[in-house]
Amino acid sequence: MTDQASNPIRDAIAEAIADNRVILFMKGTPDQPMCGFSARTAAAVQSTGVAFAAVDILPDPRIRQELSALSDWPTIPQLFVDGQLVGGADIVAEMYASGELHETLGVEPPEDGPGAAPEGEPPARGPAPLGIDNRLS
Amino acid sequence: MPTAAEVKARIEAAIPGATAEVSSPDDVHFSARVVAGAFAGKSRLEQHRLVFDAFGEGELGGAIHALSLKTETP
Repeated sequence: MTDQASNPIRDAIAEAIADNRVILFMKGTPDQPMCGFSARTAAAVQSTGVAFAAVDILPDPRIRQELSALSDWPTIPQLFVDGQLVGGADIVAEMYASGELHETLGVEPPEDGPGAAPEGEPPARGPAPLGIDNRLS
Repeated sequence: MPTAAEVKARIEAAIPGATAEVSSPDDVHFSARVVAGAFAGKSRLEQHRLVFDAFGEGELGGAIHALSLKTETP
């Protein structure tokens, strides 16, 4: 990598990951997901009741490019907790089903077990999406 | 467009000893279950990265964006 120059998009992504304990990079928003993988992952995180930041990567293709370079993970969505990549849609779904996701987020799983991952019908209210594109102007 | 057979071959060629079951209803979306001894001692994240690395750039590289992946050790 010869890329020593300032990289405001990558810096903004790194800052967003550092500033938000739970942050999901996705296509669309939790209320209006634009991809099935993103919809399921957002719904799984939402169902834990833990507040999280959501970043829509669609407004600028460079967000996705820089995010994948930073995380060494090629696909979207990507869930970070405490600054660490937890995984993409499949890993989050597996963790949701096993109760590991609740554990990672520091909450109790439901008493009857989390069961299968929810099918992405988002609740009417959710945390306000973090518009990372607005931070980059 | 890659086929499920091509995706399977690619994964098995890239990860020695791996067995992959790959299915696709449409040659766009793929579902893969990969069993490999090479996964032992690795986190799920690292296991998935090993599979992603099999695809690289190019036509097959696009396939991972619609790949549902499950990794296991034998």
